[in-house]
Amino acid sequence: MTGEKIIESMLPMHDRSNGLGGGFAGYGIYPEYKDFYAFHVFYNDNSARAECEKLLGESFEIVKAENIPTRKIPEITDIPLIWRYFAAPRDSVLSRLQLDEKELVVRFVMHVNSKIDGAYVFSSGKNMGTFKAVGFPEDVGRFYRLDEYEAYLWTAHGRYPTNTPGWWGGAHPFSLLDFSVVHNGEISSYDANRRHIEMFGYKCTLRTDTEVIAYIADYLLRRCGLTLEEVASVIAAPFWSTIEKKEPKEAERLSYLRKVFPSLLVTGPFSIVLGFDGGMMALNDRLKLRPMVVAEAGDRVYVASEEAAIRAVEPDAENVYAPMGGEPVIVRVKEGAY
Amino acid sequence: MAISYIFPEFEVVRNFDRCITCRVCERQCSNGVHSYDEDGKVMLADESKCVDCQRCVALCPTRALKIVKNDCTFREDANWSGATIKEIYKQAESGGVLLSSMGNPQPLPVYWDRILINASQVTNPSIDPLREPMETKVFLGKKADDIRRGPDGELICDLPPQLELSMPVMFSAMSFGSISYNAHESLARAATELGILYNTGEGGLHEDFYRFGKNTIVQVASGRFGVHEAYLNAGAAIEIKMGQGAKPGIGGHLPGKKIVGEVSRTRMIPEGTDAISPAPHHDIYSIEDLRQLVYSLKEATQHKKPVIVKVAAVHNIAAIASGIARSGADIIAIDGFRGGTGAAPTRIRDNVGIPIELALAAVDQRLRDEGIRNNVSLVAGGSIRSASDVVKAVALGADTCYIGTAALMALGCHLCRSCHTGKCNWGIATQRLELVRRLNPDIGTRRLVNLLTAWKHEIAEMMGGMGINSIEALRGNRLMLRGVNMTEKELEILGISHAGE
Repeated sequence: MTGEKIIESMLPMHDRSNGLGGGFAGYGIYPEYKDFYAFHVFYNDNSARAECEKLLGESFEIVKAENIPTRKIPEITDIPLIWRYFAAPRDSVLSRLQLDEKELVVRFVMHVNSKIDGAYVFSSGKNMGTFKAVGFPEDVGRFYRLDEYEAYLWTAHGRYPTNTPGWWGGAHPFSLLDFSVVHNGEISSYDANRRHIEMFGYKCTLRTDTEVIAYIADYLLRRCGLTLEEVASVIAAPFWSTIEKKEPKEAERLSYLRKVFPSLLVTGPFSIVLGFDGGMMALNDRLKLRPMVVAEAGDRVYVASEEAAIRAVEPDAENVYAPMGGEPVIVRVKEGAY
Repeated sequence: MAISYIFPEFEVVRNFDRCITCRVCERQCSNGVHSYDEDGKVMLADESKCVDCQRCVALCPTRALKIVKNDCTFREDANWSGATIKEIYKQAESGGVLLSSMGNPQPLPVYWDRILINASQVTNPSIDPLREPMETKVFLGKKADDIRRGPDGELICDLPPQLELSMPVMFSAMSFGSISYNAHESLARAATELGILYNTGEGGLHEDFYRFGKNTIVQVASGRFGVHEAYLNAGAAIEIKMGQGAKPGIGGHLPGKKIVGEVSRTRMIPEGTDAISPAPHHDIYSIEDLRQLVYSLKEATQHKKPVIVKVAAVHNIAAIASGIARSGADIIAIDGFRGGTGAAPTRIRDNVGIPIELALAAVDQRLRDEGIRNNVSLVAGGSIRSASDVVKAVALGADTCYIGTAALMALGCHLCRSCHTGKCNWGIATQRLELVRRLNPDIGTRRLVNLLTAWKHEIAEMMGGMGINSIEALRGNRLMLRGVNMTEKELEILGISHAGE
């Protein structure tokens, strides 16, 4: 699918955002560089770029560095420098630091975002990329020429910032490695989640709550080795009263996850789509304080805050339903199809 | 006898038009304030003995009595307050260390009162606890270090021992001896009914109360009174008391006159002997010794009970807590300088230690900085006065709170701060049977349950207002707090922003 379709689907969602942030994530967009980490970086100026590139070059071999192609349109203004790099970790660095390569990538991203003034790595996965800006999503999509990319999975978001400023780094999706998160809602547990996850080397620097969900996903999936279903049972944990009614084995499992990860329970309204290498997981908060619908059309699955977004591009979509709060909807691309 | 320079602190004001000379006040006052003058057929009062416990006021059937602060004044000035002058006179008369009870009364900052709580508006819905589930359940204990799976890929769900609480409040340590049998029974029964825990303090566990074991924390303190294998195994958890907020750095002294009957038996010391708890544990002169005691207690209980280490909030509390978190302890209880006591030297109580708010914030942050916050749960005490104090403590980083003074007040304590005299008119801090009988455990239990049920509603209401429906999402959630009337430094230590930021 090219990015055209998802831009189209965002049109009826125009009024859900206010022009202060729009973004997309596409998976499978860099087949020719699929073995390299694709870093997308905003720079305020060239000195930040020089500093970041120096650091990148120390730990990674850069096979390609370029401006991310954009289309000049009047709707998008105050544009920072937008670069992308395809890079592979240097073996010598990995062995010296005794790290696996994903951990090295995470540390690099955290270092740049927290230590280099005016540089933000906003995408760091393989064969995927995040594209975001201050603007309405349909304009952001045209700005980044997403019609020229083909992906097996697209996510998109229009922002209506409430607690924090609208700025380029604050637009969704938030991503780390191949995980990306778009989020409709506001997290009341944010500081509890942030202060917990920062114990494990993550640094929340992007001044908005959703960022922490991306790091929680990375921590639970990659570092703790939980399954997607288990992650859903941590961040949208069932109520104790619900757990008590489950059959004993399931109750034990759910109660274990709540006891081990109490600080990663996410409260407040959210519908999120977590993209990952090979699929996505859609999830609502446990009270279902935000809308989310799922639909199918042929071999495609759609998830949106409103059915209108789906109907805009698939008028004949079927099996439309609204998942329960806390019920994960996990979609994986068929084996080998990406 | 030389004249006393000290005038009575209170005045007993009797409305003789109302007084029917029923002499209830006389019978109720263990301090001997009231007496009946047979000749004049009037009630008399010796105000010098009055502690303003309000017992006579509460029981006077015609509301003929009130106790007011004596407005007689010394020639005070900004440096020499009446209280200071009085203390000088007392010590000049007695030659002794001044003794006090209950918490530090000095006008030092109460940070709880400078912290304000957030609520949702527009962008995030508040949650109505009457319509939606609101979870206040807390688990205390070390969390698992790593996730393990069986050969089938299923999670292996074993965790170090955990304590389950229905809400983030526990009754703090008050020994049988410092408080009465009926007070202990009320605490034990209320804890059981509420699904929380009470704490034996260093007085052993009366055999009648073993049946409340699931809701009991048994304490091991420096005097080791009442400690034996069955005692250690009787409770849900074991607390090693290293210090107490009211008197950091010193031990305890329960006078021989309180070591009578059941108290003597439960403490396992002869009647009439003073129960002296040394200032340090004499088998703990450093952190590695604490570790040994922690593991000894775990061995004695087959590693089934979490071990709590209770310390007073002192200057270097963050580093101390970090050491404790690496000592094998499952839970750290921190007791602030306003914590109550049955008896403490006044100078210590009023001048040693630091506020719990700052200590808690510093410890929580330090443990996070070191990545070991999951090793332990944190309990904050001294002094938690209300549901909003609990909410603020949890948001600063506490897993749960200890309440002592507030619980005693529910039982009838009027904060007369005379526990050390052993003549508590409310039947709480006394071993005199005729006084103990005044506290009916049925009523005491009910009042404690009422208090915490009310707090639980209030906690749920405040959480719902913040759009939070589970207490774990509040824990350490400092963005939900803002400060007023504080310096940058105070805000920095508390890790919160100023109101308006």
